Amino acid sequence: MRKEFYITASVKIKNNEIFKNDRSIFKVNRGLSIQDFLKEAYQFLDLSYAKFHKMDVLCKLGIIATTVLKEDYSSDTALVFQNKSSSEVSDFQHQEKLNDFPSPANFVYTLPNIVMGEISIKHQLQSENAFFIAEEFQPQIIVSHTESLLKNNKASTTICGWLEANLNDYYVFLNYIEPQGEVVFSAPTLLENYIHE
Amino acid sequence: MRKVYLGNHQIISPLGFTSLQNLESVSQGISAIKKHKSSHVGEYYAGHISTNLLDEAFLELGKVEEYTKLEKMMILAVAEVLQQHSEISKDKIAFIIATTKGNIDTLSEENLFSKEKAKLPALAKTLQEFFNLKETPIIVSNACISGGLGVSVAKKMIENESYDHAIVVGGDLVSEFTLTGFNSFQALAKEICKPFSKDRTGINIGEAAAALWVTSVKPKIDAVQIIGEATANDANHISGPSRTGEGLYISIQNAVREADIESHEIDFISAHGTATIFNDEMEAIAFNRAGLKNTPLNSLKAYYGHTLGVSALLELIFTQESLLQNKVFKSLGFKEKGTTKALNVITKTEEKPLNITLKTASGFGGCNFAMLLKKETV
Amino acid sequence: MSNLRVELKEKIIEQLNLEDLSVEDIQNDDLLFGDEIGLDSIDALELIVLLEKDYGIKLTDPAEGKEVFKSIETLAQFIESKQ
Repeated sequence: MRKEFYITASVKIKNNEIFKNDRSIFKVNRGLSIQDFLKEAYQFLDLSYAKFHKMDVLCKLGIIATTVLKEDYSSDTALVFQNKSSSEVSDFQHQEKLNDFPSPANFVYTLPNIVMGEISIKHQLQSENAFFIAEEFQPQIIVSHTESLLKNNKASTTICGWLEANLNDYYVFLNYIEPQGEVVFSAPTLLENYIHE
Repeated sequence: MRKVYLGNHQIISPLGFTSLQNLESVSQGISAIKKHKSSHVGEYYAGHISTNLLDEAFLELGKVEEYTKLEKMMILAVAEVLQQHSEISKDKIAFIIATTKGNIDTLSEENLFSKEKAKLPALAKTLQEFFNLKETPIIVSNACISGGLGVSVAKKMIENESYDHAIVVGGDLVSEFTLTGFNSFQALAKEICKPFSKDRTGINIGEAAAALWVTSVKPKIDAVQIIGEATANDANHISGPSRTGEGLYISIQNAVREADIESHEIDFISAHGTATIFNDEMEAIAFNRAGLKNTPLNSLKAYYGHTLGVSALLELIFTQESLLQNKVFKSLGFKEKGTTKALNVITKTEEKPLNITLKTASGFGGCNFAMLLKKETV
Repeated sequence: MSNLRVELKEKIIEQLNLEDLSVEDIQNDDLLFGDEIGLDSIDALELIVLLEKDYGIKLTDPAEGKEVFKSIETLAQFIESKQ
């Protein structure tokens, strides 16, 4: 029999604004650089997490998004993410330094799944991870992978969605998935919420 | 839930452009790792695929100048695997790509291809067009567990009946990009690496592509089933291996639980074994915690180097073949116990009856992977 | 002589993105990898790069690094001994 799961919370970050469950909770001028926006969001959330400043843009976005999404998580919360540009921002930084002195701290961030490591450390999640890449959001693979993890008790809950940062822009859309709730977790719903302005 | 099996495969590496050649070379203890020189890091040891030999092999499939090195490697691997399933419509096959950096070499000014090629979706598109697939391939990029995780993704899609079959293709290059990165980590060995050995001094990187058929249809002969798999994050450090082996231990426990077996039933472990001090130590701790300190184990890194995103897939294929041939391959480069916890490192390639085997991998970002395979006798 | 120590503090704060710290917060004898400053293994690798890039000193023995990077004071003395 088909078991259903539910979307119980969501977070969206775009155009220098953070939305929790579709409600704007923080906003700065769109003219502000992404680094400045992230710094102000860090202060707004009162994060006091020194490691944050060492992270690349993708990881900073991931830490802010998961902090907004929920206050605390069970350690068997899985992470199922997708984006388009992998770790492009850090890749270009590393490439620029090839002839000079490549930075080991920057090199670590040239993998998209590092953000799942940072999120796991911050929220102490010792669970399943999968990072997918696609030109466009593929909700069906996110849903099918997440459902498989939850149905087979590989994880009790999951944070899943889209976490993109490239040389020009960024877009974050993460969801919290549980066995109980009201909004049924499905690919069409996920896609609709992803597109929703 | 329906069962998922591994099928035919193809390995493209410096040790050969067929799985058979690769298995033979490894049986004979041949290493692909040689001394090379780079303008950025000086002398280094790595496993490179000869561009000339690759182009020669690729000639019958397409125009050599139209595809990047990695694309040619991946296309060669996939073409061979698909050929044996020509009766199945390609639209019925899930297509999964596993890589860490894809065509990252195209970011270099010296590379003739457009930088756009470095984007992973562009790699998927190239393969989609070459094989004339209706749907865009799924890309998994999860550091050094990518290749194994790709097979887990395939297993899940077959279990939930989204597809009956899948092809998982993995590939990564030795590039100045990764060389300079690992060099800045002071992780590159100035010799052929020595996994789990007391005198180990670091890693070599290598390049390879591999493709593997994953299916719901039980093969008539040589059936190997995936009986359990899991990943787990250390939640400890993004580059340093966990001191307690936590994530690897959890992933093994979860795979064992899904397989519904006892850990002592595992006959052989294909470990990650990168030959860095801290990685190998971490694995020894995790295997001891999982009750596997006496289980015969090897690392193939001294044969190929660390082939990054494809390593876990390549080594899974060897694990499958170990099962089928009842044969274990020696852990090349191992001399003397080099971890605080004991391990049963294989020092001789020999026949050995095998029933259940474990493949593990770990990577940056604190990710860990475990997969259990079982031979099904008719 | 103390200029080098101030300079090192500035460089470390900038290079390692220690945003919450200022030069005044770091004492010459504070343990860089202890509770006071809290650097980790990647920071140690960055310090190796910093030594080579800014002072032309190549450090290859990790055991040596452990002593050299103990504090601003040990780092400064090491650089002075090489110049």
